[in-house]
Amino acid sequence: MCLSVPAKIVELQGRLATVDVMGNRREADVSLVDEPQLGDYVLVHAGFAIEKMTAEDAAETLKLWEEMAGIESFEPRAASDELQEEEKP
Amino acid sequence: MNSDPQARGSRLAARGFVPELLRLIAERAARLAPRAVRFMEVCGTHTMAMFRSGIRAMLPPNVRLLSGPGCPVCVTPMGMVDAAIEIARRPGVCLATFGDMVRVPGSRTSLERAKAEGADVQMVYSPLDALKLAEAEPGRTVVFFAIGFETTTPAVAATVAYARDRGLRNMLFLAANKVIPPAMEAILAGGEVKLDGFLCPGHVSVITGSAIYEPLAAKYHAPCVVTGFEAEDILEGIAMLLLQVVEAAPKVEIQYKRWVHREGNAKARERVAEVFRPCDAAWRGLGTIPMSGLELRPELRGHDALQVLGIQVPPELENPGCSCGEVLRGLIEPPECSLFASRCTPATPVGPCMVSTEGSCAAYYKYGER
Repeated sequence: MCLSVPAKIVELQGRLATVDVMGNRREADVSLVDEPQLGDYVLVHAGFAIEKMTAEDAAETLKLWEEMAGIESFEPRAASDELQEEEKP
Repeated sequence: MNSDPQARGSRLAARGFVPELLRLIAERAARLAPRAVRFMEVCGTHTMAMFRSGIRAMLPPNVRLLSGPGCPVCVTPMGMVDAAIEIARRPGVCLATFGDMVRVPGSRTSLERAKAEGADVQMVYSPLDALKLAEAEPGRTVVFFAIGFETTTPAVAATVAYARDRGLRNMLFLAANKVIPPAMEAILAGGEVKLDGFLCPGHVSVITGSAIYEPLAAKYHAPCVVTGFEAEDILEGIAMLLLQVVEAAPKVEIQYKRWVHREGNAKARERVAEVFRPCDAAWRGLGTIPMSGLELRPELRGHDALQVLGIQVPPELENPGCSCGEVLRGLIEPPECSLFASRCTPATPVGPCMVSTEGSCAAYYKYGER
């Protein structure tokens, strides 16, 4: 019921946006988020964008994924080091 | 490679390190053993995600997950379903609602059966779809049967405001929207089930912000972690809860940082406050919880289906033998209900937890945990 999907704003006309959800285009009302811009990523629920992520934030995310895609065999040790660090208060 | 931000998570979750997260969970659970810990998820989308990914089976034996009252369909009182059916049967009225609500049994019948008998019942994806119906057919009364928690209520509120602003007097609302924190508090205060923490609902928290749980953590010393919906998110949320238990330092943390902030979406909450005001509300299984529901503000009574159509919501009734109430309070697991998988199945549901795709009973049934 609270299922929401991330989507990218590809067209914008007032409170109505056309968003791209994994290749599908649909309409979303963007009146509930502050200053929506073309290229922003939004979380869409029941026909409304309920939160947005700026293009810069999304770019950072995508970069992280691209980094991962570049790693052919990841090193579990490095991950566990990171976990140890996170555990520190 | 998935390049979608939904799959980002924290750095750890994004890297898809399920084995690492499981190792961390095992290590923290071992530090607590033989003590058993119980965490409750209060979001039907979490319930489904956990079953789909098989997370329950991966956890150490002393870590248990309970499903709470996180499915809006499941907690909607039967009286509201009866009221919706009565509305749908009125001539010249179209009743629109979200898909799962249509199959929920009322005290005598369901919206689905009323539709088969000729009532105009429409399933919609968005309240805006109902608004479009009302605009297209000014001579017809369209009633949107609104259910849902904080995630959904802003969409309903905006739609009510559009109906008001456009003067659509044929667009009415049967509002059964609810807010989650009072139900979480009712479970803690009731003390029927001992909990060691909450996996807080990710998309509810997008709107409310994580700050909404701070009183729960302070008053009841309940660890709270706002968690996302990928398997890695949920495992990381559980690992974070375990660490809070190990350190005996209950607080509110956000695992789902890519979409949730402490402050939430103030603009969406303003829209809700413009249209709705808090009221006491009945929850299936939990009874009436003070200030846990939302009703249209008095100046919008021209869009309130109960007022305009003169409908009374019948008092609470339950199907005999149905244990949805106990399931929703985390007291029993679905297979402990005497009707489970015998008289009550997804094809012939007796209670709402078997109807909704996010109900605990439907999830147990579908994924074979019997």
